[in-house]
Amino acid sequence: MLDTQKIRAEFPILQQEVYPGVPLVFLDSAASSQRPVSVLEAMDTYYLKHHANVHRGIYRLSEEASNDYEDARERIARFINAPGSEQVIYVRNATEGFNLVAYSWARHNLHEGDEILLTEMEHHANLVPWQMIAKENGIKLRFVPILEHGTLDLSTLPELLTEKTKLFSFTAVSNVLGTVNPVRSLVDAAHSVGALAMVDAAQAAPHLPVDVQAWDCDFTAFSGHKMCGPTGIGILYGKRELLEAMPPFMGGGDMILRVRLEESTYNELPWKFEAGTPAIAEAVGLGAAVDYLSAIGMEEIHAHEQYITGYALEALSEVPGLRILGPSAAQKGGVAAFTLAGIHPHDIAELLDKRGVAVRAGHHCAMPLHHKYGINASTRASFYLYTTTYEVDQLVQGLHSVREVFRL
Amino acid sequence: MDSTFYREQIIDLYEHPLNYGELDPHDFSYEEDNPLCGDVVRIDVCLDEDGRIADVKWSGDGCAISQASASLLTEEIKGMTLDEVKAFPKETLLEMIGIPLSMARVKCALLALKVLKAGAYGIPDPKEIHGDQ
Repeated sequence: MLDTQKIRAEFPILQQEVYPGVPLVFLDSAASSQRPVSVLEAMDTYYLKHHANVHRGIYRLSEEASNDYEDARERIARFINAPGSEQVIYVRNATEGFNLVAYSWARHNLHEGDEILLTEMEHHANLVPWQMIAKENGIKLRFVPILEHGTLDLSTLPELLTEKTKLFSFTAVSNVLGTVNPVRSLVDAAHSVGALAMVDAAQAAPHLPVDVQAWDCDFTAFSGHKMCGPTGIGILYGKRELLEAMPPFMGGGDMILRVRLEESTYNELPWKFEAGTPAIAEAVGLGAAVDYLSAIGMEEIHAHEQYITGYALEALSEVPGLRILGPSAAQKGGVAAFTLAGIHPHDIAELLDKRGVAVRAGHHCAMPLHHKYGINASTRASFYLYTTTYEVDQLVQGLHSVREVFRL
Repeated sequence: MDSTFYREQIIDLYEHPLNYGELDPHDFSYEEDNPLCGDVVRIDVCLDEDGRIADVKWSGDGCAISQASASLLTEEIKGMTLDEVKAFPKETLLEMIGIPLSMARVKCALLALKVLKAGAYGIPDPKEIHGDQ
């Protein structure tokens, strides 16, 4: 069991009152987590003592900044068990990772008649970039349907995965349903027809042990700000031979070796994909975040979230008219998205806010998924290593009082 | 619970909306959603011989604020000319709703007015309502 009181002491933002006498109950970590003091201190130290531009200066400070930036990459590579840190590309967020693969790989390699397979539970980040390339190149998008209880209908895979499929891109963990997908077997299914597999790890890297070699995925992407790191930094991982064959996504400084007026020679991995001055402090911050998570242990964090999710699903089931989206706690990451009969999610979220409870209301960047369930929006509470059962109780009590306001 | 926050009126209107339904035939009808939260409002309007609003109905789905706002607005505009409708100030509607709204909820509150004006102008022009926010 995690010592949540000790953990919460490292997150000053969680210790505040949002209104006088109303302490914050933060249940929106799936959108963006909070970060511990150690991450902020690492970034402060970088700015206060080591900042200069990276990979350029031959003076001491620039060397320190370059070391900090590359050390963080090494630690992040270990965190996901990447074979080499040159396969770990700094991007702004998971969204940019998907766009990089869409523009640098799919755009050049996929042609009319080819297909990309996605699923009905994807976040817009793993949907819209492919739509854009599909339109441009005449590629067909297909979708693995979801079953009523929120898992993928795997019986459709033999029909959907064919020799036309060039890429299967899917989420490891749904940001709404919480469904934990069987990543390795989906990757294997893609490879069995010669397709590449890309995994959306935005909701996995913060919450579960991630091992890209065990997954055998060709690409994966995740965001730093959902895993105790800063905003503006994320990771794209790819297999080396694929990344080496791909042209740069953006042109500019740092991604080139030699530049002439008409032509340039591109830099090696990973810098080929990191044009311009990067988010150095943010990379340092993400390095500190993976150190922080690793010290606690991803297995322990996952176990804590499983416990909180099980507790929450049971407590929420006591609220009349409440319907949970997605599978039972055993197959679920740390989210509980729900509808409450007769009350719109925006009204729920606003009334909960008056009690200090921060939840997400809306479609959570998964509009097609909500359409599938015949709803416009849902309310989502999401949990992390610092979430307590007391906070879940506050949510449930808040929902009872929301029903009273609506005379239910 | 802060009782001043969700005024009883809002909940009353959510439970018992005014002017709810559709008009067929109508002189104009317009529907729009707020894609961020999924609120939907449709407004159907019939004009009399002087070009004033003789009857108006709204239909839709969404949060208490957006739905109560549609009831209040449709009740208020009966008898108005199209020019008066086009000039209807959003501040007036917000005052009628009468509770403090965060920026996110202002969009819910003004959806019905956006729909009404778009219908009145005969062309969707979101800037008419939201251009200065």
